Amino acid sequence: MKILVAVKRVVDHNVRIRVRPDGKGVETTGVRMSMNPFCKHAVEAAVQLAEKGQASEIVVASIGPKASTDVILTALAMGAHRGILVETDASLETLAIAKLLAKVIEEEQPELVLLGKQAVDDDSNHVGQMLAALTERPQATFASEITLEGDRLSVTREVDYGRETIALSLPAIVTADLRLNTPRNAALPMVMKARSKPLAVRPASELAVDLAPRLIVEKISPPSERVAGSTIGSVDALAALIAADVKAMEAL
Amino acid sequence: MSVLLLADVDNGVLSPATARIVSAAAQLGPVDLFVPGPPAAAEAAASLAGVRKVMVNANSLLADSLVATLSGLAEGYTYLVSSASSQGKDVMPRLAASLDIQPVTDIIAIEGENRFTRPIYAGNALETVSDPQARHVLTFRASAFRPAAAAGPAPIEALENTIQSVVAFIAGHRTESDIPDLSTAQIVVGGGVSVGSAEGFQLIEKLGKTLGAAIGATRAAVDAGYAPNDWQVGQTGKIIAPDLYIAVGISGALQHLAGIQGAKKIIAINSDPEAPIVKIADVVLIGDLFEIVPKLTAELEKLDLDRA
Repeated sequence: MKILVAVKRVVDHNVRIRVRPDGKGVETTGVRMSMNPFCKHAVEAAVQLAEKGQASEIVVASIGPKASTDVILTALAMGAHRGILVETDASLETLAIAKLLAKVIEEEQPELVLLGKQAVDDDSNHVGQMLAALTERPQATFASEITLEGDRLSVTREVDYGRETIALSLPAIVTADLRLNTPRNAALPMVMKARSKPLAVRPASELAVDLAPRLIVEKISPPSERVAGSTIGSVDALAALIAADVKAMEAL
Repeated sequence: MSVLLLADVDNGVLSPATARIVSAAAQLGPVDLFVPGPPAAAEAAASLAGVRKVMVNANSLLADSLVATLSGLAEGYTYLVSSASSQGKDVMPRLAASLDIQPVTDIIAIEGENRFTRPIYAGNALETVSDPQARHVLTFRASAFRPAAAAGPAPIEALENTIQSVVAFIAGHRTESDIPDLSTAQIVVGGGVSVGSAEGFQLIEKLGKTLGAAIGATRAAVDAGYAPNDWQVGQTGKIIAPDLYIAVGISGALQHLAGIQGAKKIIAINSDPEAPIVKIADVVLIGDLFEIVPKLTAELEKLDLDRA
């Protein structure tokens, strides 16, 4: 079985985000970038399937600037076999990303496509579901458990009321939640080895997809800052304060 | 400029989030609801102000069949909307791509005609976009909108539906509780990893009970197995906006703070005066949670707030 994993390069999730004074975006100059955490779980899931002998090839794809080869190398170091960078410097919307990935899927014909459930920069949580629509494949989003038997996948999903298990046939699209696994940190020899694995770079324009944005981003602004309030001296005082708050709520 | 709204049904009951999505959607035009659930859920939906009509069918429950059903109904609607619930997140982007529309999701404010604000970077930045597309696919964050008022019942239409999902539903694992819904509760008591154990969380639950509060937990507490995942509050869990949030033994990691930005008032009970949560809380009590929480619970019980 061939698996395709899509990965995204984002501002590292430990970096404190600063909105640019011009309101056009967040500060990314000189900021540490890394693989989106949810994508790491998707890569790990693919590698684990390969280790169980259930996947013969893992192709990892990213869409973005030249620098995105970094996150492809991370995935190759974790155990993916080859990489594809669809290169573009444009800031693409999720629909355009899904259309580009659909083209890659058309060429590669993977039985299973794994993605992170969302990217921690735009927090969209769209691409897997959109890909499922564009490729007319069944989807299992927010996966915390994946088991494969023959061409049937059983996936446990994290949902608002708890968890649910669904079964779907390959070819399918699955998006990873954080509890799916614990992604490995590649050892140095694997990192060195990753550099010799095949990594194809192709311009996004080659894939004949309309990449024009549909939305107009008017501004990016910082959220209203919360400030420290007061310290209270005793449990009794706190109880009285909470009781007063509750009474005020009832009065509304 | 009418709106087709996908309602959320949980365990046969209309989700309390739906009333809030209706009030958001009613700002855009008359609202028709599709309710994927039993007649009782449809009746609850029909009595919300702003609703013009309710369509109901209990057969479509999974993303592919819900999208097929909604696509069949979508003709003539300018807006296709839902809550940014796990169902809305699962279904609406798929629907959008099938109609070649770029969706705008997790909207927290309607700024004007087709101008919306949504949080990015876990709420550390806000993005205002305008959507000039002819049709719009939107999801709204329930906690950011007030619930719609009650109104005279709108007509209910039972839909014939023969669409079969290619995906099989095997089992649901519901976290059974009589605790209020976290996403829409007025009061939430949250526990962090310092609560130390699942038993420790019973202290949090007991305090919550005296206040009729929902119970939340940090990702670290969930990962440690102290609390179920559907209690998780933060960027990777639920986003809440209660009138009152009581954070017990929670240091205030960025990803947790992202989930509580919308709380009107935050009370922090923490032993560390330097914890990040202390810097943003409205009221802070410094001390050992294992002493404070039982005492506070006993005090509130004495006051008999009549919220349980």
